[in-house]
Amino acid sequence: MSTEVTQHIPADGAPASGTGASESRRPGRRRDGRRPPLRHRVITVSLLTVAALYFLMPVYWLAVSATKSSSDLFGTFGFWFHDPHPIDYLRRVLTYDDGIYVRWFGNSLLYAGAGALAATLLSAAAGYALAKFPFPGREGVFNVVLAGVLIPGTALALPLYLLFSEMGFANTYASVLLPSMVSPFGVYLCRIYATAAVPDSLLEAARIDGAGEARIFTVLGLRLMTPALVTVFLFQFVHIWNNFLLPLVMLSDSDLYPIQLGLTSWQGYADRQPELYQYTVGGAFLSVLPLMVLMGVLQRYWRTGLTEGSVKA
Amino acid sequence: MTGPARVRRPTRTQLRGARAAAGFLLPFLALFALCFLAPIGYAVYESLLKVERTGTLGLGGETKEVWAGLSNYATALEDDRFTAGFGRVLLFGAVQIPVMIALATGLALLLEAASARWVGFFRTAFFLPYGVPGVIASILWGFLYVPGISPLVEIAHSAGWDVDFLSRGAVLWSIANIVTWQFTGYNMLVLIAQLKAVPGELYEAARIDGARGWQIAWHIKLPLIRPALVLTTVFSIIGTLQMFSEPKVLKPLSNSIDSGYTPNLAAYNEAFTSNNQHTAAAEAVLLALVACVLSFGFLRLVGQREPKEPKGAKGAKRVKGSKGKGGTSR
Repeated sequence: MSTEVTQHIPADGAPASGTGASESRRPGRRRDGRRPPLRHRVITVSLLTVAALYFLMPVYWLAVSATKSSSDLFGTFGFWFHDPHPIDYLRRVLTYDDGIYVRWFGNSLLYAGAGALAATLLSAAAGYALAKFPFPGREGVFNVVLAGVLIPGTALALPLYLLFSEMGFANTYASVLLPSMVSPFGVYLCRIYATAAVPDSLLEAARIDGAGEARIFTVLGLRLMTPALVTVFLFQFVHIWNNFLLPLVMLSDSDLYPIQLGLTSWQGYADRQPELYQYTVGGAFLSVLPLMVLMGVLQRYWRTGLTEGSVKA
Repeated sequence: MTGPARVRRPTRTQLRGARAAAGFLLPFLALFALCFLAPIGYAVYESLLKVERTGTLGLGGETKEVWAGLSNYATALEDDRFTAGFGRVLLFGAVQIPVMIALATGLALLLEAASARWVGFFRTAFFLPYGVPGVIASILWGFLYVPGISPLVEIAHSAGWDVDFLSRGAVLWSIANIVTWQFTGYNMLVLIAQLKAVPGELYEAARIDGARGWQIAWHIKLPLIRPALVLTTVFSIIGTLQMFSEPKVLKPLSNSIDSGYTPNLAAYNEAFTSNNQHTAAAEAVLLALVACVLSFGFLRLVGQREPKEPKGAKGAKRVKGSKGKGGTSR
């Protein structure tokens, strides 16, 4: 078992050292050859197990409840199965109201996917410019962007709605997409990263060879900044996917809803239409599934980005 | 640094560089202006106006917007529900943030301890809730709070303990539980990242000097992960102040949550339920102001205690960019 643990170390450490932010040196715990006493191991693992039960319990409840009918949700014990029909119930979630659930899911993918992609490219270009071109007022621009990181996003949502409805494009895809394409944190991260990872000498060499600035950026800059770009994309994707207030204030047409907004509207009607309880639970389960798989798989990328971010304060 | 550069006549390459920089920056800056600067400006502008009806009867007359000075701010600050909401999130933050950060630190240290087993599994388990969006987490825990559906209430009841997670006194802490559940794993991961950046020799030296596991944790690891602790705390303060989706989703389940339960909810209801966008704008501006003051204030407070610690972008550059021209912007 201890080999399993040690195998984790290089696998986890590799991307971190790739960023140059942190050399992946583990504390010399197994190097000295002493194993900690059994008593310590039992205490540590017990504490970790209690914590794991707390974090996994609601997810377990959700998985069990997604297989139940609305009346069984109320009538039977929540932590165990009762007459499970997962396929049937989940199919009903997907087909209810002409498959509106699938549409909501597609909307969420569009907002988060397109928004995060655009945000990443814009941040990359802006961060690269701030890192590699000394021009008057550069620090001023950077500080304004940095202040943007500290402004709460939801404090902006309401004024943004007032502004957009004045301009006449509230309740459109663009009203959610455009604000999603701006990531001050992404610019911050890209600037820090480009400063360290894109050598000036390389840019100079490319210039002497006659390459244009746009070409240097797309061929050299973007490639060298890839680890930071992956992080920015992931952060922004999750940020947009989780955003609730912005679509809530912007959208009134349920065809444009992202998944979260759709599910709360189901939950709101469930008093009058009890089968919606089951659809809300089943829909929540389906929406959480892909994200949690993503979290598990992409943990190491998160870590990479987090190291970058944590040097900041 | 910009001074002398300006006096000299710019060379051709410098001009070319400035043009390129502008090209790279403009798309972002344009959207930043539209989605950050313009709404702030518009909110401030709207907050200084009010609606006045010209007709004698409210319904028949025309309405027009007139200058209101700071009266919307006065209205917001005199509204007991709005100020109570502020007090509520401050109390929430004062309790929930330390608990969550302590829990995250404890879990990070446990996972990094020599006596830990199945580290990969536990780390993933703790981090999973971060993948659950706040709204879904609130719906999920909402079901776990409502008597009739919740197995937790059922278990407590059969043990002779009647809990009501949604009562007036309990609901704030039920929300705190949702937030803690969601974000502890994320904060833990930030802290682990910082722990891994600590050179192993430090631990070995301490061990040779006879330090025990918890002594190393307390005297060496904790001070070294201080920057990460500061970062997670600042982000938590910002997050707490803008709390919205949890009370919004739980509101139908609990009549202890009123329309002004948090400042954000108050502003939202002011705009969409009461149709009073000028007061709503004033409330949004107040919220943004308080968030900025608190975050900057905390950063300064921490910075003063240890003035040598590198701060902000400069610090990051010193750590990372030893090559290149990290010095230019200093």
